[in-house]
Amino acid sequence: MENRKERKITARNLDDREFFYGHKGCPGCGGSLAVRLALKVLGEKSFAVLPAGCMSAIGFVFPQMAFSCNAMISTFAGTASMLAGVAAGARALGLEGIHAVGFAGDGGTADIGLQALSGAIDRHDRIIYICYDNEAYMNTGVQKSSLTPTGARTTTSPVGNRLRGAVTPKKQMFEIVAAHGIDYAATASVGHPLDYLRKVEHASRVEGTSYIHVFAPCPVGWGHDSAETIEVAKAAVDCGLLYLAEYTGGGFILNHDPGEFSSIRDYLLGQGRFRHLGEEEIEAIVAQRDSRWQRIRREWRT
Amino acid sequence: MSHPSRSKAYRPPSRLEDYPTGTVFPAGHLVETSSGWRSKRPVIDTERCINCLVCWLLCPEGVIRKSPDGRLEIDYDYCKGCGICARECHPGVILMKQEGA
Ligand SMILES: Cc1ncc(C[n+]2csc(CCOP(=O)(O)OP(=O)(O)O)c2C)c(N)n1
Ligand code: SF4
Repeated sequence: MENRKERKITARNLDDREFFYGHKGCPGCGGSLAVRLALKVLGEKSFAVLPAGCMSAIGFVFPQMAFSCNAMISTFAGTASMLAGVAAGARALGLEGIHAVGFAGDGGTADIGLQALSGAIDRHDRIIYICYDNEAYMNTGVQKSSLTPTGARTTTSPVGNRLRGAVTPKKQMFEIVAAHGIDYAATASVGHPLDYLRKVEHASRVEGTSYIHVFAPCPVGWGHDSAETIEVAKAAVDCGLLYLAEYTGGGFILNHDPGEFSSIRDYLLGQGRFRHLGEEEIEAIVAQRDSRWQRIRREWRT
Repeated sequence: MSHPSRSKAYRPPSRLEDYPTGTVFPAGHLVETSSGWRSKRPVIDTERCINCLVCWLLCPEGVIRKSPDGRLEIDYDYCKGCGICARECHPGVILMKQEGA
């Protein structure tokens, strides 16, 4: 059930007010941009819930408080359950027009917070869960999560003679939440801000659970210049390692088909975490992308 | 006011009783700036700016503002000098200038 009166959001009509300001994120942090933009769509009646991770660590540094909407820190595993509580509390108090929105990292989402999220989706709680995917546990110094892509160097998937970075494939979180029959899910990238804003706006009108997976480069953990965050986020879409898609009404929609992919090699070798990769390893990543896209193009609507 | 700014009235607690009890305190309460993080500062050539707002949209800090006369200005108190605005500006009218030079 969706309320159809959606605004088309552009840089012109997006709220001028800042709700995430004066935070301590590293220069060029993609995750902080994802939080900032989402709150501009959702507005001052947002109740933001953040588990342990960079966005809580940079937002709440007593006595500095970067959020100017309601915001609180949840347990690491409990983002979605705290959101469910916020939504229930707001309902009990008769608050209207509020948004219970969570911002959790990839570790907090795909590893430790997965069961709470699964429960919320199952109950169709009216919450918006945003996973900012910086592809590792960044706040504790770059450890591998189940969303770290194959080959990426982290402190727990180092590069040496025996190990060549992460050995496991990236978990397909979007498809995992979709498999629950969630009310609304989407992937996004900070490199495609208008697409992301549209998805947040859509999520704000869904009478049920929404999940947005937003790709958010981390210059520190990925080893790229702070100025390149947007370029890297765009390149991930152009080379096909990241797809922009939605799951709604029980079906998958591919929002954007790059057609001919740009070079995966350039994408990877532009980042310190992948610079050790050899031709064979890159070819294996290309083959994985190709088989994934074959399936997407065959099965998903456009 | 569209942007929070540093509270100049704030005094750090000096006695134990001055600390808030519990974990709740007012939102948007800024006591420190981030300007010291920066080695380069972005400078917008507002004459050549086409007002596409790409920098405004993509700044992770949200420090680019639309001033009342329509020109863009930067809150240097909270700009960390990441360089995204200069990199993404289509006409290339934002330059990164060395601080202290
Ligand atoms: C139960 C629990 N285990 C471990 C930690 C330590 N910890 C704090 S932040 C963090 C990393 C979070 O990684 P992620 O969720 O990917 O978010 P990011 O830091 O990348 O933004 C960890 C392991 C904790 N706070 N609570
Ligand atoms: S470590 Fe990465 S994700 Fe964390 S604040 Fe810095 S840039 Fe952002």
